[in-house]
Amino acid sequence: MSRRIPWTLVVLLLALTIPWFGSRYYTFLATQIAILSLFAVSYNLLLGTTGLVSFGHAAYFGLGAYATGLLMKELNVPFLLALLAGGLLPAAFAGVFGYFCVRLTKIYFSMLTLAFAQIVWAICFQWNEVTGGDQGISAIPYPELGWIGAIPGLGGFRTGDHFYFACVVLVILCIWVLGRITDSPFGRLLTTIRENPERASFIGVDVRRYELAAFAIAGGFAGVSGALFGIFNRGVFADFMFWPKSAEVLIMTILGGMNYFWGPVAGTIMMVVLNQQITSYTEYWPLVLGTILLVLLFAFPGGLMGALDAGAKRLRGQKTGGGDA
Amino acid sequence: MLDIDNVTKTFSGFTAVSGVSLTVEKQQIAAVIGPNGAGKSTFFNMITGHLTPDSGAIRLNGRDITGIAPHKICGAGMGRSFQRTNIFPKLTVFDNVQAAYLAHRGKGGNFWSPAERFYRDETEALLRSIGLWEQRESIGGVMSYGAQKQLELGLALASDPALLLLDEPTAGMSATETHEAIRLLERIAGERELTLLFTEHDMEVVFSIAQKIAVLHQGRKIAEGTPAEVRADPEVRRIYLGHH
Repeated sequence: MSRRIPWTLVVLLLALTIPWFGSRYYTFLATQIAILSLFAVSYNLLLGTTGLVSFGHAAYFGLGAYATGLLMKELNVPFLLALLAGGLLPAAFAGVFGYFCVRLTKIYFSMLTLAFAQIVWAICFQWNEVTGGDQGISAIPYPELGWIGAIPGLGGFRTGDHFYFACVVLVILCIWVLGRITDSPFGRLLTTIRENPERASFIGVDVRRYELAAFAIAGGFAGVSGALFGIFNRGVFADFMFWPKSAEVLIMTILGGMNYFWGPVAGTIMMVVLNQQITSYTEYWPLVLGTILLVLLFAFPGGLMGALDAGAKRLRGQKTGGGDA
Repeated sequence: MLDIDNVTKTFSGFTAVSGVSLTVEKQQIAAVIGPNGAGKSTFFNMITGHLTPDSGAIRLNGRDITGIAPHKICGAGMGRSFQRTNIFPKLTVFDNVQAAYLAHRGKGGNFWSPAERFYRDETEALLRSIGLWEQRESIGGVMSYGAQKQLELGLALASDPALLLLDEPTAGMSATETHEAIRLLERIAGERELTLLFTEHDMEVVFSIAQKIAVLHQGRKIAEGTPAEVRADPEVRRIYLGHH
């Protein structure tokens, strides 16, 4: 058996060091990366683990953002409670939409997820009284996180840093839970569905029920991610659930490596950093980004993690003089 | 054990299986044979729940299983292998069989404990008995055809079936592989007191291990009996064995 590295802990500790660089810009980027990482990891429960291609994952991201934003702004609900609602509401929606989606397979499944997402987007875009329509919801209150500054060693950080600390801890907690689910018997049986649904049903797996459970869980964690993003962004807009956002999470996951649990996180880092860097050089950034993505996808079909994995295996092979492991 | 009563299946006007009945006794080894297009696969898929008969009934140990979902039939004590090899190609041999244990023993509702801890001993014992223990770390999909068929048998056995349905268990195998597969099947069936029902095109295989043979032709059952009876049946000889 290979020795285990507690990656969740390693990533948590690394992420927590960012504010010590003292750059407002780094913290800003890192917050965005942390929040979107959860979005991508939640998506990979469907794509990498279960083999379901959803084109509508942004719907649950957006629903979480609206739910938490409205609760905090209109009803002064405390942050953690509002965040919980931001996970549960999208999970419930995913449960209902998923009920219909898992009745279809392959591209038909994907198209139905897209259809439901676009319906939700259209409603949020039009429903002025509740969602603010095309104006969205702005001035979502920042959670009261001053107490973080009172923790010994964490004095002297800005509000943005405090929010970053909170985000990192919450996101890592959620990713840890998703990791447990992926490695559990339930998660193992999801991989049998990915590998061969027909055979899975004849080892006794109720394929639709498992797919629906995965869909609802993924939707719930996407909602938590969206909820954090709404606060970070100081506003929630219908754009959050428009289809390009669903495409973005698909791209980030594939780019990072959908066959690796941490692949989507690598993909998110890459996407956010590239996006920022290129935007500052040229206004044609979608063109440049598209070209880079194209090259990366051809060069590393297993994603960034796949490339790292292959590289590490080669290094290890050389060290042991090509002997078999 | 298995009681199939007058099942019929029609696909948009074409009758694939027409009024076929068959009874398989406990611990019997029974075979369904017939030329290509005789309706063997359709007949099989109705038994395993992948197709629902238009009429007729299928009972397993007296329980009506007509038209219920495959995962429930699997739970009722039936295991099956498929004609095209049907495993989880990117999982290791060990993980393949372990997953079958997890599914069959209802661990799928566990969202929290590491899956790798479950049924290690059972998986090891099963892999040893089908001769795949040495290859436990291999990725299922890259093994030889014969080994994949063995693994598929392992998946079926993990659900502890009383009745095993095998769709062309030696299809695509070399003569040596066929010989080994048949010996393995006979041994496993004996050890586990299994009832076997299989389809097969290789006559040598059928007559060497089947105790009862049913012959399908154009969707109808034209003969049934012991190997000797079937061999002697004039109609079977005419349309199927031909040159005898």
